[in-house]
Amino acid sequence: MRRPLLAVTAAAAAALLLAGCAAGSGTTENADDATIVIGSLYEPQNLSNTQGGGQGVTEAFNGNVYEGLYKLTDDGEVQPLLAESEEVSDDGLTYTITLREGVEFHSGKKLTSADVKASVEAVLADDSKSARKSSFGPIADIATPDENTVVFTLSQRSISFLYNLSYVWIVNTEAGDLTTTEDGTGPYTLDEWKQGSTLTLKRFDGYWGSAAKNAEVVFTYFTDATAENNALLTGEIDLITSIQGPDQLAQFDGNSDYVVSEGTSTTKELLAFNDRVAPFDNVDVRKAVYSAIDTKKLLSSIWGDYGTLIGSMVPPTDPWYEDLTGVNPYDPALSKTLLAQAGYADGFTFTLDTPSYDPHPAVAEFLQSQLAEVGITVEINTISADEWYTKVFKDRDFTATLQEHVNDRDVVWYGNPDFYWGYNNPQVTQWVSEAEQATTVDEQTSLLKQVNEQIAADAASVWLYLYPQIVVASSDVSGYPVNGLNSQFFAYDIVKS
Amino acid sequence: MVVYLLRRAAFLAVSLVVAMVVIFVLLRLLPGDPANALLSVDATPEQIAAARAQVGSDQPLVQQFATWAAQLLRFDLGESYISSRSVGDEVAARLAITLPLTLLAFGLALVVSLIVGITAAVKADRWYGILLSGFAQLGVAVPVFWVGVILVWIFALQLGLLPSGGFPRQDWENPSDALRSLTLPVITIAIVMSASLSRYVRAATLDVLGSDYLRTARAGGASRAEALLRHGVRNGAVPVVAVLGIELSTTLLGAVVVESVFTLPGLGSMLLTGIEQHDFANIQGVLVVSTLFVLLVGFAADVVQRLIDPRLRTSVSGNR
Repeated sequence: MRRPLLAVTAAAAAALLLAGCAAGSGTTENADDATIVIGSLYEPQNLSNTQGGGQGVTEAFNGNVYEGLYKLTDDGEVQPLLAESEEVSDDGLTYTITLREGVEFHSGKKLTSADVKASVEAVLADDSKSARKSSFGPIADIATPDENTVVFTLSQRSISFLYNLSYVWIVNTEAGDLTTTEDGTGPYTLDEWKQGSTLTLKRFDGYWGSAAKNAEVVFTYFTDATAENNALLTGEIDLITSIQGPDQLAQFDGNSDYVVSEGTSTTKELLAFNDRVAPFDNVDVRKAVYSAIDTKKLLSSIWGDYGTLIGSMVPPTDPWYEDLTGVNPYDPALSKTLLAQAGYADGFTFTLDTPSYDPHPAVAEFLQSQLAEVGITVEINTISADEWYTKVFKDRDFTATLQEHVNDRDVVWYGNPDFYWGYNNPQVTQWVSEAEQATTVDEQTSLLKQVNEQIAADAASVWLYLYPQIVVASSDVSGYPVNGLNSQFFAYDIVKS
Repeated sequence: MVVYLLRRAAFLAVSLVVAMVVIFVLLRLLPGDPANALLSVDATPEQIAAARAQVGSDQPLVQQFATWAAQLLRFDLGESYISSRSVGDEVAARLAITLPLTLLAFGLALVVSLIVGITAAVKADRWYGILLSGFAQLGVAVPVFWVGVILVWIFALQLGLLPSGGFPRQDWENPSDALRSLTLPVITIAIVMSASLSRYVRAATLDVLGSDYLRTARAGGASRAEALLRHGVRNGAVPVVAVLGIELSTTLLGAVVVESVFTLPGLGSMLLTGIEQHDFANIQGVLVVSTLFVLLVGFAADVVQRLIDPRLRTSVSGNR
């Protein structure tokens, strides 16, 4: 054994490093033939939105691979997409929808009314896991008088009907297993999904509308935000669809190689009480808890300068938004008065079921310290997302919990007394039902504003804050959506200079 | 030897069956339900029932186990509860990353630790011998995760020489790209592994150096290097081989951490996602395959030890 051996070892390690560092292949291409690489933390669970594909499949496929009769734009407007036009009967119970001509599925088959009927029926089917199933309760009949016309007959008015249709992907009736393959009409086809890694979409040459402005989109999936950041910093990805916390932004803010865009999101962080059980069946106790929490301080500790305070379930992008942040102000003295009024002058103890992933644990600790100041002891019980679903959502075996609710227009859940949080106000239930059957949008809006005000007055839950929706992109890409409502992410206008 | 091999193979089969039962039962003891991953926060009771029927969590445990065992006997790992993809195909695709990662890291660690360990022992009185021993001690205390983060910071973020993570979409179509992606993860594992292996090699070498047979060989006129090579290597290898087997298994299991640092879509990340989604089929698939790997490595290490050391061949116990 001589000293040179050491040198040999060092040389071997260096050689391996150098071999690894041999430059990767890089090619320059035309702007409209670019590959756009998108970083995301939301990998699809499978490829079907009626079989539990989750948030990830909405992000990758909605508007990109599949299209609905209507589309929810990035600004929250409902526009016709595969529908050419619609006629609504005077009683609001019959919708006659004419389909756009010349639309083909990726498999080459022509789109017909039968496909539309089958796609809506898939959402309504017994084995459907679609989150939108219940909103189509009013559908009594779907008729297809000819290849280009679909007639929906409703049992009662449903003013959100066209909006709800924007969530239904129109799928080829003859397609195979949609959890592993696709056959849609969108500007991209699925090239390959490598689970745990990437999902690649290729431009579809037979697309009926304007072709996508890039040739290929690669969704690259990460399980942690640091790795995702590193990939953007090293140029392995072009943009990040949704930033998880302000620490992630430090490296990009003020750096001219990157653009940080703050859009509006629809994701709300809730402290949801079980309104059925003591002590939270008492409105004074709920209001006391609300007033004991400095939501402004909470938001800035979690999100720094980003995010928005909300005083109810309604985000600013919903048509029935109004600022209700003053209804339950931060006021520990008021909180103590309300507690005494409710017979809890010495406070009480409750268990907070806290999902184990960010930001919930940090929020729980913040609440624990704030509520301690008015004499309420919080015992934090950390549970997995899966446990949350069984314990809280299915079994209602909880006193209070933290949860994020991502969808827009979801204030209507307060009109459902069977929902997991158990808020039961017959007046609110009636308003929600009347709003859905309203004849005009104005009428619907004013009824839902009343709902909004009532749930805030009752402190049905504590609406802690609205998440910000932040996209960070390399400065040489543009044309990406900034709001990403309901986890949509339209990729077809993204260009790389 | 033949009798021993048969007995060892039977032991392996029994171990695998026991492991299967344990894995199955432990998973079912977890709170929650695999059907939950398919549902949203506005699912109706009907939808919940439909999801449970789909993943089979509404059936009695005995029946669930029988279904799985019957599949395994046909060498079929079943279908993922969540993605409906074939578990066998998915495991195979991910082994194409995890196996090279494990073996390359193991090979590199072996070379480094032999050199470092023997040098540290033979030159225990020289400054670099002491330095190497010190590094080995330090390396043992450092978490794999931290080494990975440091390497990414230096080679990807500061120098821009290597990717910070991920694996080429084309897999091994372009081997140099694939190897580039594996370079940092391999070095990460090798650094941590060679630190602990070096200490074993050093201890084994010191044992040999102080042994009677080596002194006899030196007295017979052999130089120290000759004596070490002729008599020392075989004697020293026996304990080292046992440790190597354990280390190789540990590396495979440690890949979970490294794969998550480097976003590699290997077996480790499949296991983590499976656990997150409660996807029993995927978790069971990964665990059965990795259990088989660990058992086979132990088996191989045993056989190699017997080949090196004739004294072990006559020993009665076959299940060491």
